[in-house]
Amino acid sequence: MMERIKQAFGPEVPGLLGFLALVVVVFGLTAPNFLTGANLGSIAFQLPELGILTLAMLIPIISGGFNLAIIYTANMAGLTLAFVLMQFGGIDAGVGPFLLGTVLALAVGALSGAAMGAVIAYIGAHPILVSLAMMIFLRGLGEFLTKGGDISGFSAISGSAGAWVVPWHSRAADPVWPLRAGLACAADPHAAWLCRADGGVEPESHGLFGCAYQADLVLIYTLSGVMCAIAGILMLSRFNSVRVGHGEALLLVTVLACFLGGVDPFGGFGRVVPVVIALVVLQVLSSGLNLLGANQHLSTAVWGLFLVGVMILRWGAGRWKERKRGRV
Amino acid sequence: MRDFLRAYPTEAKLLVVLALLCAFLSLASPQFLTLVNLTSLLNNNAVNLIWAVGLLVVLIAGGIDISFAVGASVVQYLAVMALMGMGGGGWAVGIALAMALGIGLGLINAALIHGFRIISIVVTISTFNAFFGLLMFFTSGKSIYSLPDWLSRPIYLWELQTAIGWADIRLPVAVMAVCLFATWFLIRRTTTGRQLYAFGDNPEGARRAGINIWLMQAIAFGWCGMMAGIAGLMQAHITKEVVPNALIGRELDVLAAVVLGGARLGGGRGSVLGCVLGVALVAVAQNGLNLLGVSPYAFKMVVGIIILAAISTSNIDLAAMLAPKRRDRE
Amino acid sequence: MTDSPSAIRFSNVSKVFGGVRALQDVSFEVGQGEVHCLAGENGCGKSTLIKIITGVYQPEPGAEMELFGERLSAITPNVARQMGIAVIWQDLALFPEMTVAENIAFETMLGNRPRFVDYRALRARAEAALARLEVTLDLDARLGTLPIAQRQVVAIARALVSDARLIFMDEPTASLTQAETDALLAVVQTLSARGVAVVFVSHRLAEVLEIASRVTVVRDGRLVGVYPTEGMTQGRLTELMTGKTFDHQVMARDTSADPVVLEVSGLSRRGEFRDVSFALRRGEVLGLTGLIGAGRTELAHVLFGMAAPDAGRVVLEGREVHFASNRDAVAAGVAYVSEDRLALGLIQPQSISDNAVLSVLRRITGASGLMSPKRQEDLVAHWVRELAVKIGKPGDAVSTLSGGNQQRVVLAKWLATEPRVLILDCPTVGVDVGARAGIFRIVRELAAKGLAILLISDEVSEVHVNADRVLHMAGGRIVGEYDPRDTTLDALEAAVYA
Repeated sequence: MMERIKQAFGPEVPGLLGFLALVVVVFGLTAPNFLTGANLGSIAFQLPELGILTLAMLIPIISGGFNLAIIYTANMAGLTLAFVLMQFGGIDAGVGPFLLGTVLALAVGALSGAAMGAVIAYIGAHPILVSLAMMIFLRGLGEFLTKGGDISGFSAISGSAGAWVVPWHSRAADPVWPLRAGLACAADPHAAWLCRADGGVEPESHGLFGCAYQADLVLIYTLSGVMCAIAGILMLSRFNSVRVGHGEALLLVTVLACFLGGVDPFGGFGRVVPVVIALVVLQVLSSGLNLLGANQHLSTAVWGLFLVGVMILRWGAGRWKERKRGRV
Repeated sequence: MRDFLRAYPTEAKLLVVLALLCAFLSLASPQFLTLVNLTSLLNNNAVNLIWAVGLLVVLIAGGIDISFAVGASVVQYLAVMALMGMGGGGWAVGIALAMALGIGLGLINAALIHGFRIISIVVTISTFNAFFGLLMFFTSGKSIYSLPDWLSRPIYLWELQTAIGWADIRLPVAVMAVCLFATWFLIRRTTTGRQLYAFGDNPEGARRAGINIWLMQAIAFGWCGMMAGIAGLMQAHITKEVVPNALIGRELDVLAAVVLGGARLGGGRGSVLGCVLGVALVAVAQNGLNLLGVSPYAFKMVVGIIILAAISTSNIDLAAMLAPKRRDRE
Repeated sequence: MTDSPSAIRFSNVSKVFGGVRALQDVSFEVGQGEVHCLAGENGCGKSTLIKIITGVYQPEPGAEMELFGERLSAITPNVARQMGIAVIWQDLALFPEMTVAENIAFETMLGNRPRFVDYRALRARAEAALARLEVTLDLDARLGTLPIAQRQVVAIARALVSDARLIFMDEPTASLTQAETDALLAVVQTLSARGVAVVFVSHRLAEVLEIASRVTVVRDGRLVGVYPTEGMTQGRLTELMTGKTFDHQVMARDTSADPVVLEVSGLSRRGEFRDVSFALRRGEVLGLTGLIGAGRTELAHVLFGMAAPDAGRVVLEGREVHFASNRDAVAAGVAYVSEDRLALGLIQPQSISDNAVLSVLRRITGASGLMSPKRQEDLVAHWVRELAVKIGKPGDAVSTLSGGNQQRVVLAKWLATEPRVLILDCPTVGVDVGARAGIFRIVRELAAKGLAILLISDEVSEVHVNADRVLHMAGGRIVGEYDPRDTTLDALEAAVYA
């Protein structure tokens, strides 16, 4: 049973599930309102956009990269939809403008992702750097367009869009082939060497390990951008307003969830299911602490300490295994 | 000239771009090339530069630090509380305290990285959350407005009245200059500094050559923490208050400027000159936009474009362009 | 040099790790200024021996250790360094971002106590070291801008700065061309003439025999013997290293009646190879050998669409092909497994199944654009059966497989592209002599199923035993064709190494 879970969803899952259970039990006993429908509902409420943003972060990390621009890409996509809706009469806008706006929003997300992917793939610049620059640019662009304020009061349609969204599917990103190919590139030491070698990227060499490295990288970041756009649309419909910088704090949550879920920071290994469970753990921790009277900031601190703790445990487990192997 | 280009290709390119930008701005705006404007640029960017050289050392050693700006907030708060607890203190005590606290925070990062073999980005993202969360939790987000008198009083090192107002240079600029020099001295002139480069360049090679890895991590992150602490104190001195969430978010802007200046994520490359030029380019660009009457909301957008453009052209080799025959000889 | 003491003389060296005997009563002796070779398979105790000599490990009591005529009871890394023993690892352990001078004189910058860097003294020391090697390099160049061969020289110079009198070199020629290897050998000769002993640790048997004057063979932690290289053959050395007598029985078959799959005529690429013509038949293993730098790999790159030829034709199954990229080549049915791919081409933590389908992800995506688990399962099951990979479950991580089975998975990955022509470029580089037989067994099986295989190798004996025909390439041209059935190995080796 245990083996099958590990097989299907990754070796991190049993440990994370165990920890989730522990957290739920502890809070269930100590925090009076923890196990109520309302509280569990509120935990679940935030999960869709957070989950999609986490996937948008996960995909580049698996390919050995990073995407610091996810929040602002989501904001820009939301802004795009908002502008379209406002053009068509704001509160009175119908389904047509909503669909048009959605398509444009997805296009904006895809475009910013593709631009990053292209710079990373063809110029060989460091993903942290490229996405950081993109983040600064998008933040500036958004603030420029909104003059730092927010846009709100959209149509009833966009307001109810949040309710349409079925609980998002955890394997959504898993079967997509570019992800796998990117993963291959990331894990291949030769490929990693190639893409790190300064300006020494020989396009043709990548074919040696059977994947179109650069095209795949562009695809990976485009996909990440599209996911951000979906999250941005969700956020807009949920809050019925868009502000640049909205959800800024979520950036670190997504990174935390990825590392907690056992994704290799250097790329090459990561599974969706454990990352999702890690995200739930983080949310439950935050909610439980909140009910116990701690504020959001304490949960932030606990998240940070929690990640360090997990990394230390992982290190300890690795040492233990090594020693065991050494004895045999 | 060519030696400079060869040793500092990114810096040379930046210098060219910065010079062009300055030339353009001095033509486009009469206020740009005035003492008042230039000194205020210096005063306003002293803190960023102190952070930048601290971060530079970490980048050279092959690490990354996301937590330094939040660390600076923690140092600010703790230092000011302690100073007021001891009845005021003075500059010497204040700076020593800020440095010590900063080094302490840096060493926490270094210990986690080295002790448990966790990569620096994961560690510093964790400590970023932990530092910030704990600071906000314990302070309940309350600012301190009543600083010791010596700390909140501006200190003018040099001033001159011009037709359009006072040009002055304040204390943070001098502190910045000392920090720049100290960092330059560390990384260029001491064996420890060269070991830092070597360690960032090829950690395994450095380990085999007998370099003490723990010492390298401790020095790099300790130095970054120390600079963060000093910058935090200077920031409190400038703003005359301590706001716990005022500095969060600055780390990414500083990181962008440092990398723009030629430091490499991954280690082994970077210079103090590059840091100065990177911060200067961003600052001058913003200043220019301001003088040209562009909406302040557009500043960041332009900065983003500049950095993207800089990255995209990073493979153009000026040295090779100046000496096209060099390749044939090799 | 007979009257001067040996550079090192070790005897009765044993080492036990947690009950496992890594070394048992080994002796090792190198004369001053001698070029010596230490040979043995991976895990035979070579590196343990080097680590004992350099003081990283302490031997079991009873070992006798003598460095430059001085008897020592214990060696620490510091003592070894001071006595002048240096190791140049395969990856060189240099610093690409630093200058040549800093790399060479890096020793002067070591130590925990900070000191000032004296760049002038640093340069002087670097210059002196290069002068001893009779080599000139730009001291201010960034190391990363130098070709590998020059970096090797820098690594040697660095050893000289610390007054090395005995240098271990771990696989020094692994990534050098023939010309670069020759240059390195010249440097080694200079060193030897100045009384510095050099110990090569190399997998390239041909090169070992060319350079060294004596070879020490270690197997399973025991000394097999010390032999002069004069009169030693690759085959004999392989037998000594593995302890097995390989029947150098030629496997060649007559395939001249089979249809031609790949025909190359007059193929040229400036500066790389000229006027290359040959035909590769269905089910044939065509060997291509020659010294490094003969243009073999460059030819393979053109056949795989990674470079365009200047002249000549490539005809694949009766149609002339012009590949714009290697993806065209894959689509047309050519697969190319480059050097070290058999050793490195897998993502270790990922499952066997995921690794096997990596090169054909597009083929197993369904109409939705998503991967179809069913198709993946079928494909993997097919190749596991075809290649007789011994696995537990397809979902197990590749890291759980033995080396030989991992190689089968790599091949499965490429064979899944359904190639008609498989180009294997030095498939046994970095693979133990003992494990090589397994690779060639697979190669023969594949050929028997009708795949046309171009087997590139610089080990003449490999192609002699395993190929149906052997082409000899030198200086960018095909200079000879041999039928292994009526050519002896010695005759072929003589032709290639002439």
